[in-house]
Amino acid sequence: MAEVLIKNGVVYDPLNGVKGEKKDICIRDGKVVAEVKNPKVIDAEGRVVMPGGVDIHSHIAGGKVNSGRLFRPEDGRKGVEAKTKVCRMQSGYSVPNTFATGYRYARMGYTFVMEAAMPPLAARHTHEELVDIPILDNAALPLLDNNWMTMEYVNGGDMDLLAAYVAWIMKATKGFGVKIVNPGGTEMWGWGKNCSLNDTVPTFEVTPAEIIKGLAEANEKFDMPHSIHVHTNMLGHPGNFEITKETYDLVKGIKPAKDRQVMHTTHTQFHSYGGTNWGDFESKADAIAGYINQNDHATIDIGSIILGDTTTMTADGPMEYSLYQITGRKWTNHDVELETGSGITPFLYSGKSPVNTIQWAIGMELALLVEDPWKIALTTDHPNAGPFIGYPILISMLMSKKRREESSADMHKVIYDKALLPSIDREYDLNEIAIITRGMTAKALGLHEHGKGHLGVGADGDVAIYDMTPEETDAGKIQKAFLNTKYTIKGGQIVVKDGEVVATPAGKTYFVTPECDDKLTDEMMVKLKDKFDHYYSVTLNNYPVQDAYVPNPYEIKAPWRS
Amino acid sequence: MVEVTDVVCSLCGCVCDDIVVEVEDNKVTKVKRGACSVGKSKLMGHNRIKSPAIRVNGELKDCSYDEAIKKAAEILAASRRPLLYGWSSTVCEADKVGVELAEELGAVIDNTASVCHGPSVLAIQDVGLPSCTLGEVKNRADVIIYWGANPAEAHANHMKRYSYVSKGFWTEEGKKAKKLVVVDVRATKTSKMADVFLQLDQGKDYLVFSALRAILYGHEDVVPDEVGGVSKKDLLETAEMMKGAKFGATFFGMGVTHTGARQNNIVNAIQMTRAAHTHTKFTITPMRGHYNVAGINQVCTWETGFPFAVDLTRGYAWYNPGELSATDLLIRQECDAAMIIASDPGAHFPGESIKHLAKIPVIQIDPYPNPTTEFADVVFPVAVSGVEAEGNVYRMDNIPIRLRKLIDSEYPEDEEILKRILDEVRAIKEKEGK
Repeated sequence: MAEVLIKNGVVYDPLNGVKGEKKDICIRDGKVVAEVKNPKVIDAEGRVVMPGGVDIHSHIAGGKVNSGRLFRPEDGRKGVEAKTKVCRMQSGYSVPNTFATGYRYARMGYTFVMEAAMPPLAARHTHEELVDIPILDNAALPLLDNNWMTMEYVNGGDMDLLAAYVAWIMKATKGFGVKIVNPGGTEMWGWGKNCSLNDTVPTFEVTPAEIIKGLAEANEKFDMPHSIHVHTNMLGHPGNFEITKETYDLVKGIKPAKDRQVMHTTHTQFHSYGGTNWGDFESKADAIAGYINQNDHATIDIGSIILGDTTTMTADGPMEYSLYQITGRKWTNHDVELETGSGITPFLYSGKSPVNTIQWAIGMELALLVEDPWKIALTTDHPNAGPFIGYPILISMLMSKKRREESSADMHKVIYDKALLPSIDREYDLNEIAIITRGMTAKALGLHEHGKGHLGVGADGDVAIYDMTPEETDAGKIQKAFLNTKYTIKGGQIVVKDGEVVATPAGKTYFVTPECDDKLTDEMMVKLKDKFDHYYSVTLNNYPVQDAYVPNPYEIKAPWRS
Repeated sequence: MVEVTDVVCSLCGCVCDDIVVEVEDNKVTKVKRGACSVGKSKLMGHNRIKSPAIRVNGELKDCSYDEAIKKAAEILAASRRPLLYGWSSTVCEADKVGVELAEELGAVIDNTASVCHGPSVLAIQDVGLPSCTLGEVKNRADVIIYWGANPAEAHANHMKRYSYVSKGFWTEEGKKAKKLVVVDVRATKTSKMADVFLQLDQGKDYLVFSALRAILYGHEDVVPDEVGGVSKKDLLETAEMMKGAKFGATFFGMGVTHTGARQNNIVNAIQMTRAAHTHTKFTITPMRGHYNVAGINQVCTWETGFPFAVDLTRGYAWYNPGELSATDLLIRQECDAAMIIASDPGAHFPGESIKHLAKIPVIQIDPYPNPTTEFADVVFPVAVSGVEAEGNVYRMDNIPIRLRKLIDSEYPEDEEILKRILDEVRAIKEKEGK
């Protein structure tokens, strides 16, 4: 019986209402328990202790991540580190290799990461990389919004059959929840076009709004741990905040299957833009935060900018094309038959650029203006707004107005005219940081019921001990502490000590099995079989992800709600 | 007799997955449908390496797997500059062990892309690749261009399953409603099917791409009457066809990657696609050769950060094709040992490279004897992936598909041999206190 006792730590465990209390944490056989008998003792000596971090949205594995690595050897060179007795070789900054991804997250105290976009047809690829990422527990969200099956069922108003299709895709891809990325727009990108929320997608005769609503309804037919996870239409376009709010409104009347949001919208920074062009571009973070403050059905993550060079990548193919047209840099695109697409282009976020400066402000404004931290998560939409390794910078910014002022002084002066950040005084405390990096994210994903994001009895023994006291106010020291933990403990095993990776156990892959009525499934299969017989380039029998790709499975069953 | 459906072919980058075979007494007795003639030959099986062997006094002498593994590990552990090359005709599970072995040894790991679509990778690193899955082409494309590629003979099912001859959602009339453009230096079986055949002069691809780019960007006035052996009239006609497409798809092959301007040809081909994209939807896709050459590029990239020609001497990955690609290392006589798996440099490398390979200890892992066997010093026969072993592979459009196992084999899988060599290398290093 392997036992660990973490004593003398100051614990922040928001899901259990623990806000900076001196408290012992006992772990036996990988789980938090009430007491231990003969433990290995870790003396936290008054340091900050939190549950392992849970990232709700990050692009760490799969086709587009690897295409990003492949076409950016200049990024690969940036992060090279030689293998050690414990660690394998590392490379990359915005597109780290699989090994570096696991080590760097673990060093920041994270133990679970959600891969935010998995093309169903290429799901095997996502899983091959997830298996290769050490330490982290993980899951992936299959894309379901530009799928011909989805659009046809939405068009016909067949929500039960849509639910049957959602269930089938979830099982076939070993996926976790429903991902939506520029609904309708990516299908239209198949012809080099794009669309907005209420435009009609030709051939399929549905609007993105109908797709979103339909998938939300289908999702809530099961006890799905997570809500629909939405990248709304018109990402990155000036003036898009109205569409973002309209998208929230779409699902307002839908009752969630569980005690959670009915819609999580992601990288909201990219969707909170005012103005009509890049000239009169301005922050509308206040309008978006205002909506979130007044409503309880939607949660967001911020997708905050980390200044510097990064690699943007999304299933939103037309958006990446627009970005490439602005920069003229290299551009990769990969449309996926009957389902989705993707685009990738490098991008430099510069504090000298007025547009980038306003974008930089918006992410933090969202975090500071949304009053209830249980509605908002810390992300950079890694690597789109910046690599995940920048999280400690964001944490220190949110905790220190002084640091924001110092940083703002180095930015383009537009920050004082068209952004709200300089006028905001709020500073996050550690309890709120713990909420937006583990408590809220675990709850929004439904993973708190599966031992993630908290330290109550029965929870996973995933713990981060940061090398700082709760009284620390120096932003530089806070950033340093959140970059490299004193200890990261995963399933009761010390994986990071003094900022160094000391063990690399394999992570588990979480996937959801919605349980659908056989009759509905059979009826759905007739339509699906026709798609494979005539339009897919692989056979139906070769499509589902085989068990071999998920060697460390954690299955969550989602029963049908009658 | 058992009929097996959805069999996945482990021959070329098409990775056809709708093959039906009959299996009886642990033998594939019949390929009923789905496979081309070459794929069929692979599925039915042909001559194999019979036994592991070690070369003694110039002759390969049969031995046990244990002896061969010991010998191979000794060679690799003693080497100061080992090269691990091949990897394209095996599964990703084996490739992963290969990267780990290279890391353990501080070896150079390279794959067949370096003598194949390596220049395409360099071009993609320069400008990116606007592409799509093959099913997109099947459902949407009404203009297809094959450039420096002869699928009718080299990827025999490509046109039928995915492009010119296939029928999809918006292309239900098949080839009747499509245009086929073929660009090559000679007439081929593919060019005979073309609506437009541009026969260009050897090595002039770069110029012809440039001319089409100019026309597509509205600068036809700068294009002379003839470019690289192709008349301006034909170029204008081709550009009009591209502009008028609802969805255009270019496929390119070895004819452009290793002639004339090499990777710059491909940069220009991609730039031509970007130019066409200002008028309509256009995509471009390399015609990958081996069934899993795309897969080793994927594995090598997610594990080391780089797709081929990776030097692990420093403990981290150092990527520099042209210096660290297998042929260059060999021509410089830099390697002092090599492991060749799932490929045949003996038949495909330049003479100077082969001369050096013949001088140094060579370990071969392959189901089949080939010219490399002639100078290999340790030989491991293995199971044929896709017939006797399963595993993941990536089609030419990077769609992952799992090969099926159809029959049992008396031979071990690539992955097993590699793992055993890795274990033995580690044991030697531990003994030597390294």
